[in-house]
Amino acid sequence: MFKRAANTELARSAPPMAGRAEGLPAALLLAPFVLVFLLFFLGPAVQTLWLSLTESSLTRTSAFVGLANYATLVQDEAFWASLGHTFYFSLLTVIPLTVLGLVMALLVHRFVRASSWLQGAFFLPYVLPISVMTLIADWMLQPSSGVINHIVGGQRAWLADVDWAMPMVAIGTIWWTVGFNMLMLLAGLRNIPAELYEAAALDGARGFTLFRAITWPALRPVVGTALLLQLIASLKIFGQTYILTTGGPFNTTRVTLHYMYETAFTQSDAGYAAAIAMAFMAVVIALSLLQLWLGRSWRRMRAGREA
Amino acid sequence: MKHRSQLGWSIVATASACVLAALWVFPLLWALSTALRPELETVSATFHWLPRSWTLDAFAKTLGAGNLPRWLFNSALVALLVTLVTMAISLMAAYAFSQLRFRGRSALFGIAMLAFLLPFEALLVPLFRTMNALGLINSYAGLVLPQVVSPVVIYVFKQFFDAVPADFREAALMDGAGPLRVLWSVYLPISGNIVWAMAIVTFIGAWNNFLWPFIIVTSNDMMTIPLGLTQTYDAFGVRYAQLMAAALLGALPVALAYVVFQRRVTQGFLATSGLKG
Repeated sequence: MFKRAANTELARSAPPMAGRAEGLPAALLLAPFVLVFLLFFLGPAVQTLWLSLTESSLTRTSAFVGLANYATLVQDEAFWASLGHTFYFSLLTVIPLTVLGLVMALLVHRFVRASSWLQGAFFLPYVLPISVMTLIADWMLQPSSGVINHIVGGQRAWLADVDWAMPMVAIGTIWWTVGFNMLMLLAGLRNIPAELYEAAALDGARGFTLFRAITWPALRPVVGTALLLQLIASLKIFGQTYILTTGGPFNTTRVTLHYMYETAFTQSDAGYAAAIAMAFMAVVIALSLLQLWLGRSWRRMRAGREA
Repeated sequence: MKHRSQLGWSIVATASACVLAALWVFPLLWALSTALRPELETVSATFHWLPRSWTLDAFAKTLGAGNLPRWLFNSALVALLVTLVTMAISLMAAYAFSQLRFRGRSALFGIAMLAFLLPFEALLVPLFRTMNALGLINSYAGLVLPQVVSPVVIYVFKQFFDAVPADFREAALMDGAGPLRVLWSVYLPISGNIVWAMAIVTFIGAWNNFLWPFIIVTSNDMMTIPLGLTQTYDAFGVRYAQLMAAALLGALPVALAYVVFQRRVTQGFLATSGLKG
């Protein structure tokens, strides 16, 4: 998606009436976007870098300190722990959300007559505000009168339990967001030409063979995109843990963005928070590129083997 | 043999469809079942799947006490403003990127698309400082403005405009129409579907945005639904019937929007993921 955005589209759409300069109308049409983009995106992006090199509070900057914030960051155990919790949450969500999304998409695709009902059931939670999910989860997981404890027995305080808090946040997140992955993969399924299936069926392919020979190869790029978008979304976890556990118990669910938020808004250490933000950005971009690269070399390896 | 395994597969598929659908619908039904009981029943020692005595008490109390109506109003206003401004800004920018010839076009478009890569979350600290300096904390302008920067919408519109045959525009230009006029009377009418889809998706996104209001709003009167609902323990206490009623009331507008515009919502979300439906 990124690459496509960056180059190929522009070359194709050569405007008509070549030679006629349209600088002024273009400037007028682009002015509102450029203004908000500079003020609320590019400006803050550059400022994050600058702030990370200073000692700053939420309201004023007192000194340029070079890389001092980064030197502290490398040795800050709380930061590394928060990064670990972010990775743990990603581990619990990225693959389950993609696999479950695929299963749901296959089911919606298969049961044609029930498809809009099934699709609605799976997708509805995705359009709800985060706090609807957290309120319901909190009630269901309530130790004494929660429905989960009624089903499994016992009085466990799931969200205050070191072993269970993060998995429960992950399950809540899966319920809330899997619909988006289902939708993407369903679109991928619907784009596979029916002739492919007919041809394979004539050759006697059925059931799982059909899936392996036709569906999976055609769907693989969409699965790759879904995995990448999901990884980025999971790394950006903040609201679910903040609302459900406020980072507890014993900070075991305090994720990187939460740590950044606390540093900035409760400690009023904006300089250090900006350094955390830079590190976080670097991690997100690096992991996205790594995943793209892995996907590509995996495809190349397979192509090599098949040739 | 073969028939047997076919049958096996279809039993597995039917069973998983039923189980998954039930699991996905259950939390909302359970919230509804809780919201329809008197408060005492939610803490009673005996467990019941359905209310023993049905009542709308919790809904009435939720709407009467606390700030829920105000949060609903704030959410509606902010989401509407974000949607209108985003559509206007993005349509104009996408038209310029797609149809006009000017210097620095690809460079500017490339920079705008950078926003795909940088997580908004990483900009929170300087963004808050900017808003603070502009005196926009706890204001509607402060809530709305950062949400109108939406490169993905520009990208989707640009792709759509790129595919429009050039004759459309040339004919209009022959008649001496200016670019804004061409955009308004030639391009907008043919892009109704995609504009609707993106508008609904933008609206849902703005309605649901938690992080930005969480940063920029401290006053209870300026909260939107996603943020306000996290304050409900303060507003209603630990009263689960009322909490579930509040959650369902907060969910209702977007849930309705989804049910009514299911097709458009689907199309819109797919467009933002870079795929076509």
